[in-house]
Amino acid sequence: MAKALNAVGPLLALILIWGSFYIFGDKHIGDGDGIESIVQQTVVIGIAAIGMTFIIISAGIDLSIGSAIALCSVIGAKLAMSGSSPAVVAITTLLTGAIIGLLIGLLVVRAKLIPFITTLGTLLILRGIAHGLSNSQPINAQDVNWLRFWLNSLPENMRWLVIPPGGWLMIILAALAAGVLRFTVFGRHVFAVGSNEQTARLCGVAVDRIKLYVYMIGGAFAALSGLMLVSYQGQGDPTGAKGYELDIIAAVVIGGASLSGGVGSVFGSLIGALIINVIRTGCTLNGIEESTTSIITGTIIVAAVAIDRLRRKAA
Amino acid sequence: MSKPVNDVARLEMRDIRKAFGPQIALDGVSLKVQAGEVHALVGENGAGKSTLMKILSGAYQPDSGTMFVDGQPYAPTNPADGRQRGVGMIYQELSIAPHLSVAENIWLGIEPQNGGLLDRAKMRAEAQSTLAGLGHGDIEVDSPAGQLSVSQQQIVEIARALSMGCKIIVFDEPTSSLAQADVQRLFDLIDQLARRGLAIIYISHFLEEVRRLSSRLTVLRDGQSIACHVTASITDDAIVAEMVGREVKDLYPRSQRRLGEILLEANIPGRGTLTLRRGEVVGLCGLVGAGRTEFLRAVFGLEENTSQKITIAGHSHLAEPRSNWLQRMGLVSENRKEEGLALELSISDNVCLPALKKIAKLGFVSPSTCDAHTAEWINKFGIRCQSPQQAIGRLSGGNQQKAAIARLLEADCDILLLDEPTRGIDIAAKAKIYEIIDQLVADPIRPRAVLMVSSYLPELLGVCDRIAAVRRGQVGEATPVAQTNSEKLMRAATGV
Repeated sequence: MAKALNAVGPLLALILIWGSFYIFGDKHIGDGDGIESIVQQTVVIGIAAIGMTFIIISAGIDLSIGSAIALCSVIGAKLAMSGSSPAVVAITTLLTGAIIGLLIGLLVVRAKLIPFITTLGTLLILRGIAHGLSNSQPINAQDVNWLRFWLNSLPENMRWLVIPPGGWLMIILAALAAGVLRFTVFGRHVFAVGSNEQTARLCGVAVDRIKLYVYMIGGAFAALSGLMLVSYQGQGDPTGAKGYELDIIAAVVIGGASLSGGVGSVFGSLIGALIINVIRTGCTLNGIEESTTSIITGTIIVAAVAIDRLRRKAA
Repeated sequence: MSKPVNDVARLEMRDIRKAFGPQIALDGVSLKVQAGEVHALVGENGAGKSTLMKILSGAYQPDSGTMFVDGQPYAPTNPADGRQRGVGMIYQELSIAPHLSVAENIWLGIEPQNGGLLDRAKMRAEAQSTLAGLGHGDIEVDSPAGQLSVSQQQIVEIARALSMGCKIIVFDEPTSSLAQADVQRLFDLIDQLARRGLAIIYISHFLEEVRRLSSRLTVLRDGQSIACHVTASITDDAIVAEMVGREVKDLYPRSQRRLGEILLEANIPGRGTLTLRRGEVVGLCGLVGAGRTEFLRAVFGLEENTSQKITIAGHSHLAEPRSNWLQRMGLVSENRKEEGLALELSISDNVCLPALKKIAKLGFVSPSTCDAHTAEWINKFGIRCQSPQQAIGRLSGGNQQKAAIARLLEADCDILLLDEPTRGIDIAAKAKIYEIIDQLVADPIRPRAVLMVSSYLPELLGVCDRIAAVRRGQVGEATPVAQTNSEKLMRAATGV
């Protein structure tokens, strides 16, 4: 019952926010185009948020995820432009992401560095590598149709999909990830490590290995998110995804996760990502200025977490 | 006694009631404490002691009932207000700021100022004299409080209460983290505080402490004050009977135990050797810090630098928690909150954690299977909870501990390492845990072996078959319980 409520809270907030924009503002936010545009923007954040959910549940954090997305977008775009097959592009990019995660994980587990500081460092390093690989120029991938397919506007004959295929990919991956977290030994161990690392160690959980896996999963999802960015923007951009780490972390936290670990839900995180983008889109549609949008988004993030805190206290 | 007769009590609480939603925590509690008196408050966990003390401190407001300090109405709106009106609390978990100096801690929140600046000289001088007045002039007022021992930190807290001018000091289980010698010093100090005319409320699960310190005691049960007695004129059995509302006949049941094969042979360089057979309980006694816990943890592979040789059921292996669970050895940590349990996770998650791989099919675990397994233990051990999905942190200490033991059995352990298994839990839960231990080692089909650490000698003597004293990191010879007594064990532990 309490668990059901945890998932319902953010969903209610989403409906409330979306509904308010619809009732009081531009009706486009509720029509096919509006929804499509919101989904297009949400997929990049949302897919990365799935990986981040693993990391945050394990009581970790990855501040460099925005840089990892940008780096992977550059790598993906380069490979795609060089004519590599879709499978090669996807596998290489995802592997790159997983290796980035592995390195972060090793720094956290072996060198015993605090994730916050470690990933503050990798935030700069990865961004630097992205610039180096691309000579600081966006890599045009407008014409890579198989990649563009995922987040392009739906052509007339595919309208039955309602949202772009990337949106469906995000939903399927979220369902898989939620299943892994809830129904596998690995998933339960992630929760145990995040809730109380000492208890997990006492109970024979291979704590270090779990952490490594978690950062690798985070990295792989960041890589996929990078490919989606290429799909959406038609280019691999070394300056792209700047500040996404904050949107992604905010999405996970709005979705009910606790930064001290042990709590979190993949679907909550997706709803969190949707909430952020509904606010952005809603503000744009209604001609609200960028500065005001920022303030509104920030207020809603703080309010969401504060309400969540109160709710937990009452429970 | 030639104390002037004073018919106005220092503290009086009259018919205090408090409910949290539908749950009634206090259902009419009255308490009267005189100046110069140590008044013990006893009762099981959940009897309402902590709620009552939170009302006294100002953390909660009562639904009805009145309080008086020195005859004046007392209705604190928050703990700071309560402290200012003279009520200080010394909790089990100490509340010092480790990075601040001793003097800064003593003056925290009431810092003396001189033209807007801290009056450091005054802070140091008065902190120094307060500590000296408590017989602890040796505590350096400039050193960071985090560097002090637990007992010294407690002294700092007491000094803080005195500096604020507290007339009533509540001690909530103050000895649970102290070594024996420090306990004695604390008792002397409490006596001294009472002689100064303070009213002391002393909360403890240990009746010998209650007997040693208090002149009167009040028994709480189910949110009601059952009775107030002069401590000297009531027996332990009668107190316990009033606490639990029935008679506890046999606290330490002892079924017929049959020794089986050797399950565990531990030989740890520098720490000693120990063998454990199927069907027996071996106890480790000793002073806090003597190395009992360290020995147990070394056996389980939780201590760093493990060059020890452990043989489990005839197979020698390198100790590491993960492989130990596979060898059917499990450990219950002395530190339930920090290490033992993942408090936000459910009972089911906690109980099944080491056994997940066994429960899983192809890496997949079904939550309902875990819940079903957990429900069995909940029934068997009488764990009071709403469902297996309830967060374990919401249970009482005793029920948490039962779940912690259930975890070992769910993982199919033969060797149970129990570190202070009854610390901080109430008598009824203790009795249940003694019963569980007895049933486990006397199981006719599959007797287990238990190695247990405890600071409480009567418990070890009641539960164990053999007891070894640990002194200065060394485990001594394990003596059959029939050939020893608390005095001999104390001698072995202290080396006198």
